[in-house]
Amino acid sequence: MKSEIKSFTLPLTQADIKSLKCGDIISVSGTVHTARDAAHKRFAEALRKGEPLPIALESAAIYYCGPTPAAEGEIIGSCGPTTSSRMDDYAPMLIEHGLRVMIGKGKRSEAVNAAIKKHRAVYLAAIGGAGALYKHKIKSCELVAYADLGCEAVRKLYMQDVQLLVATDSDGNTCLL
Amino acid sequence: MRTINADDLIIPIANKIKHALTHVNGKVLQKLKEAQSTETSPLCKWALGQIVENDEIAAHENAYACQDCGQAVLFVSAGQDLHVSGNLTAALNKAVELGYETARKSVADPLTRTNTQTNTPAIIHYDIVSGDRLEVRYMAKGAGSENMSRIYMLTPSKGINGIIESAVDCVKRAGSSPCPPVILGVGIGGTMDVAALLSKKSLVYESENKRADELELERKILEAVNRTGIGAQGFGGSVTALGVHVLTAPTHIGMLPVAITVQCHSDRKFVYTA
Repeated sequence: MKSEIKSFTLPLTQADIKSLKCGDIISVSGTVHTARDAAHKRFAEALRKGEPLPIALESAAIYYCGPTPAAEGEIIGSCGPTTSSRMDDYAPMLIEHGLRVMIGKGKRSEAVNAAIKKHRAVYLAAIGGAGALYKHKIKSCELVAYADLGCEAVRKLYMQDVQLLVATDSDGNTCLL
Repeated sequence: MRTINADDLIIPIANKIKHALTHVNGKVLQKLKEAQSTETSPLCKWALGQIVENDEIAAHENAYACQDCGQAVLFVSAGQDLHVSGNLTAALNKAVELGYETARKSVADPLTRTNTQTNTPAIIHYDIVSGDRLEVRYMAKGAGSENMSRIYMLTPSKGINGIIESAVDCVKRAGSSPCPPVILGVGIGGTMDVAALLSKKSLVYESENKRADELELERKILEAVNRTGIGAQGFGGSVTALGVHVLTAPTHIGMLPVAITVQCHSDRKFVYTA
């Protein structure tokens, strides 16, 4: 199976996104920003007020993740995906503002899948409960915003060769049960 | 009367917690490996392989198996002939605080959402039993799976089939969200609160002292849940659950409460005896 895995670098181009089909396992490298419940709430409040976000959303990738703190001398702690559906109320708004790649675990709402289709985005599934595995794939980690949120703060990560499943493709097809 | 000092429990239990959070329950890891070899869906086989690799890395490097180290759930059995000097609840919370010292802090006020920063208070359940020993059973409870837990207040006419259908309904509604393959704790009987408690307790006591009909029900629920086809991570496969544990208690003639605790594959727990 490994020989079939194609590699992609973030940010994904529109051609990259178009080529991804539901059920593909791909290897992804590049920059993502972490954000989960509390950060999404702040993003949404800022967008409603017309205030700038701490990260640029154009062609961006967000990883739904709240890592464990890094041990001394390490880049990051365990950092697997959290349940994506908790971000479903916010995701369509972020997609409208340019977000193109979401990484998390579990199925999305119909509204999110519709927004993915409309704006040609993609949702990639990581393996829930594999935090130690992903820890090894993170080559840099930088605190970007909302430090007061602790593990829920926004961090800029560089990930290398992370295997992910295309869970909702840009045609809106989804393969999660 | 035997006497122990509550504060003497702090360090050993903290160390057990640290170990549990980096070492997934060996029986579950074995079942994951078996599932990896028997699963025919390529996507689920891949997912199971990633999980096994993760759990082996975690144990080898003392890394947290999952970033969600959970809320600490403790079932404490205290022998009535034992005297514990000091404050047992405070000591157990201190053990949890120390055990989670370098882990993610995942406990917050439900209204203000302010993080307690210590991963306490732990959820502690006490039972008074005979004898002069103290037994502490711990499990880490993550939110992804717990959010999918449910209770069904069935009527007695629903019977065994109703119990099985409730478990299947719970797992179908959960779908990919609780990080399948899952482990189910099924509490049956008592009142609503007792059924919920039994569903948790079943996960730390597993198959101890089971009646034959309880064991048969566990098998039936496991088969039914695995026929849903949800599979590892909801990618569509044959292994949706790794195990089912049932605990029962007598209930009112007009009731049949069925509670289901959904536990993820990252099954982190231990038993400590003093």
